[in-house]
Amino acid sequence: MNQELLEIRHLHKSYGEHTIIKDLNLTVHKGEVIVVIGPSGCGKSTLLRCINALEPIQDGQICIGGESIHKDDKNISEKRQKIGMVFQSYELFPHKTILDNITLAPVKVQKRKRAEAEKEAIELLGKVGLSGRKDDYPRQLSGGQKQRVAIVRALCMHPEILLLDEITAALDPEMVREVLEVVLDLAKNGSTMIIVTHEMAFAKAIADRVIFLDQGEIVEESTNPKRFFENPETDRAKKFLDNFQYEKN
Amino acid sequence: MNVEVMREYLPLYWRALLLTLKVGWIGVLLAFLFGLICAVTIHLGIPVLRRLFKIYIELFRNTPLLVQLFFMYFALPKIGIRISPEVCGSLGLGLLGGAYMAETFRSGLEGIPAIQEESAASLGMNRLQIFCYVILPQTISVSIPGILANVIFLLKETSVFSVISLMDLMFTAKDLIGMYAKTIECLTLLVIFYLIMLLPVSILGSWLERRVRYAEFGD
Repeated sequence: MNQELLEIRHLHKSYGEHTIIKDLNLTVHKGEVIVVIGPSGCGKSTLLRCINALEPIQDGQICIGGESIHKDDKNISEKRQKIGMVFQSYELFPHKTILDNITLAPVKVQKRKRAEAEKEAIELLGKVGLSGRKDDYPRQLSGGQKQRVAIVRALCMHPEILLLDEITAALDPEMVREVLEVVLDLAKNGSTMIIVTHEMAFAKAIADRVIFLDQGEIVEESTNPKRFFENPETDRAKKFLDNFQYEKN
Repeated sequence: MNVEVMREYLPLYWRALLLTLKVGWIGVLLAFLFGLICAVTIHLGIPVLRRLFKIYIELFRNTPLLVQLFFMYFALPKIGIRISPEVCGSLGLGLLGGAYMAETFRSGLEGIPAIQEESAASLGMNRLQIFCYVILPQTISVSIPGILANVIFLLKETSVFSVISLMDLMFTAKDLIGMYAKTIECLTLLVIFYLIMLLPVSILGSWLERRVRYAEFGD
């Protein structure tokens, strides 16, 4: 648990004049589950996109496994293999079957044998309850099913860390659970994850550490999620969490 | 209308059809290639080439095929470049069609959301892999209606080939009318043969369109 996997130092990200993330420091250890919450526009998604080097950064350093990662690196695609990412809008490849979606990168990028990659894909699909859908196209699946496939697709590359970017935000409420159960399972099995979510109950259940981000800064950080959600220390976090409470007065 | 006369002319029309098909389809194939290369170059923003291809597109989209053929067949020999009517026809069609196809592919490319590219990148694919396995197949399938319209348009444009003395359908009909004055018979045959050439393309095309669309997007 104390092996450092990801280290972010003095990260600064802006679009022109507009600063998104300022001087952010974060260390993630192997096997740790970090949940990032915060109001929209606070830089949560941008943070994940920076870690995966989908965005150029203006200052600071992001290291994964001791190796610095930046969008303009020559071997960036090699480095990205260590990082799995799941998007809010699934982003499966519409022209490929479920099985091909999952095995495309293992076969073409990691040069693994197709039969072996397919075997693993089918096994993983079984674990998320979708073994019967391997020959379907993405359009034939529900949102929740597509998102589970997207998780499997990321896992099949054996990433060291998984970034989940609001993966249930586009789903109907009853589909949220089937996706989150998969993520809970991953956490139980020791996957390292950074999760951006608005599902507070889920965040409370899964987090080893909660990070509250506001206006590009870490406002509050807690290794005791239960206490954080019930009784945050900062006013800003309290104000934010109050948004999720309803009372009839 | 004299059916007997028409039957007599049939072999000439078949021969012309074969030649038209040959020159026409080679032209279409070239157009597909030129268009794809241009669209990809412009999309990737490769310097110098990008600008060059844009000039090419505007040059060939905004001049008639007739003028392009005239130029290639009659003007180029004056500076020592001599090409046969067949090559000239195919190449002219290919260059004209390339400009149209480039625009079709480009709008297809622009229709693929950037996040598809990012999701492929996050799986560790490099730019070439992303392009070949994720972007290109989707581009071609969304471009099919446009490609189809271009193919039909290009095959019809073959009717101007007669000006460079290529014995295509149009040339044959005009020739026969000039010699025997059987205008109705010759023109009826001409219409029929253009339909023979183009109807299968239309039918096959809409079938293909439905199939690809279904596989990808549902309906």
